[in-house]
Amino acid sequence: MSYQFPDERGHFGEYGGRYVAETLMPALLELEEAYNAVKDDPCFREEFEYYLKNYVGRPSPLYFAQRLTEELGGAKIYLKREDLNHTGAHKVNNTVGQILLARRMGKKKVIAETGAGQHGVATATVAALFGMECEIFMGKEDIRRQALNVFRMKLLGAKVHECTSGTATLKDAMNDALRHWVTHVRDTFYVIGTVAGPHPYPQLVRDFQSVIGEEAKVQLQEAEGRLPDAAIACIGGGSNAMGTFYPFIKDRSVRLIGVEAAGLGVDTDKHAASISAGAPGVLHGNKTYLLQDEDGQINHAHSISAGLDYPGVGPEHAHLQDIGRAEYVSITDDEALEAFQKLTRIEGIIPALESAHAIAEVMKLAPTLPKEQVLLVCLSGRGDKDIHTVADAMNVDL
Amino acid sequence: MTRIETTFAALKKKQETALIPFLTAGDPDITTTAKLIRTLAENGADLIELGVPFSDPMADGPTIQAASERALAAGTTVEKVLQLVAEVRTDCQVPLVLMGYYNPVFRYGVERFATAAAAAGVDGLLLVDLPPEEAGEISGVLKKAGIAMITLLAPTTPPERMQRLAAAAEGYLYYVSMTGVTGTQKITPDDIRAAVENIQGMTEVPVGVGFGITTAEDAKAVGEFADGVVVGSALVKIIADNAGSDQLLPRVATFITELKQGLLA
Ligand SMILES: Cc1ncc(COP(=O)(O)O)c(C=O)c1O
Repeated sequence: MSYQFPDERGHFGEYGGRYVAETLMPALLELEEAYNAVKDDPCFREEFEYYLKNYVGRPSPLYFAQRLTEELGGAKIYLKREDLNHTGAHKVNNTVGQILLARRMGKKKVIAETGAGQHGVATATVAALFGMECEIFMGKEDIRRQALNVFRMKLLGAKVHECTSGTATLKDAMNDALRHWVTHVRDTFYVIGTVAGPHPYPQLVRDFQSVIGEEAKVQLQEAEGRLPDAAIACIGGGSNAMGTFYPFIKDRSVRLIGVEAAGLGVDTDKHAASISAGAPGVLHGNKTYLLQDEDGQINHAHSISAGLDYPGVGPEHAHLQDIGRAEYVSITDDEALEAFQKLTRIEGIIPALESAHAIAEVMKLAPTLPKEQVLLVCLSGRGDKDIHTVADAMNVDL
Repeated sequence: MTRIETTFAALKKKQETALIPFLTAGDPDITTTAKLIRTLAENGADLIELGVPFSDPMADGPTIQAASERALAAGTTVEKVLQLVAEVRTDCQVPLVLMGYYNPVFRYGVERFATAAAAAGVDGLLLVDLPPEEAGEISGVLKKAGIAMITLLAPTTPPERMQRLAAAAEGYLYYVSMTGVTGTQKITPDDIRAAVENIQGMTEVPVGVGFGITTAEDAKAVGEFADGVVVGSALVKIIADNAGSDQLLPRVATFITELKQGLLA
């Protein structure tokens, strides 16, 4: 199977592209040129790998979840432990890559949008590491839900802007970050946190996150001497999933399963399942599946997990859906909460609510598969940030 | 000749600069917008940019964001904006350019949109988030329908790119006078002059300037060299402040008259 995406115009089939205001076009062309120059540069790779190893703590372990496997009584479950990364999630793989690129381009300031706050923290962290000025855009509603991460970003020296427009969540934070970028485009680098946004972001974020799948492939070869039967990851914008899937795309025997947030159910108006229940459209610089109404207005997304609460999805996932290379399923708030508690009790691992969506899908899938089969699951982050949300949902007063 | 071409040709003969007000369709409601368009046309507007509201107006500052939200809350849709244009066209021939974001048009269907917009009497379309690189799927159908695709140029646009976009322009070129979102910064006309004169040398079509022009003074200063002057947020603010009052139309008329004064020969 040949798979060469994006094409030279930044498209994944009919998705992706560069749907931005003219003011930003030159910056994106400059970024593309800079990225193409470093992509295959051994010095850049070496620097990137140095920080992934010594600062992030990679490779992250591939852990055989024996008790969960036994409990479910089917396929073997391996967890790729991105929760053990510095700052507690996969997000930092990408921010290390982008900040190194920003430095190469001579930019002194970075900005980022954030939902759960994980990407904001990961950006503020590498900005502190390299002594760069950092401003984070976050929806008012998310600031309320993720107070801990807001304080972490401030401790790290970042300025946090509260976004009150629209639904005051991740999509609005991205609008405000883009508005800020338009205004300060000459000296500012925009660190996008997922495989969305205008070209070349979906490509470069995927490439930086691919370390997840590349490591897992080697680790699984050592542990089982084979490829997994399926790779499973949750989908907000889709960066931990793309990072997990991409190194397996040409291995046709590996099922790729993306797990969207079904919120209160995909048949209600409170979910974030853009592929399962959305339609193609254009938002935030790319064409992709979006939650929208008949008139092309973007709908509110809902998920108990702030990191999945986004009405779009990265364009490469839209393409993988259309060509049938990946499957997309969805998990409700309640199912994710149950999986959150299950993994915590049975393996002593408190997952992020985002990652709990992937675990919940595994809980459905593993029992239906024979014991020889192997499932690779991206445990994208740890759950400390979600303790208050979970306590609330369980009616526990902290 | 198209309505846009006729308008600019007539102004050129009189050595006047085009006054191009922007307002959001459906703010505060569609019926009022129809009255506002007529008021603008009767008091000196040479061409009108009519905003099609979008839930996520990424290139707009707070004033136009709020206008979009009000328009959507009032139930404005693409269909209703086209009906509005058709209704206004029964007695008003001012060129109308729809301005907004791509998704509502894409969702409506580009061919269906082009046909319906042409039938309604739309003269041009300006989609802020649709650069020429991505416009392939719509430019052909618009051309067939006789609707001009208006192109933006920015202070950050490099010379080679500017040359290419300017040479391919239709209707008029819209030069974004500052790096920023609408309505948030003051402009310095002297900085803009060089850029605009440079663009005028690259293109056959008139060059309008917008983003950040708020007063009659700004308009006059920019009108010294530009072929058209776009005033958006300042007008939208007057509409917001006077919505529901019987002072709305008179205040808008006064503002437009003042702006136009500075653009006469
Ligand atoms: C732990 C964790 N997992 C997943 C996500 C979703 O993002 P993506 O789909 O880009 O991996 C987030 C986003 O904040 C996150 O914090």
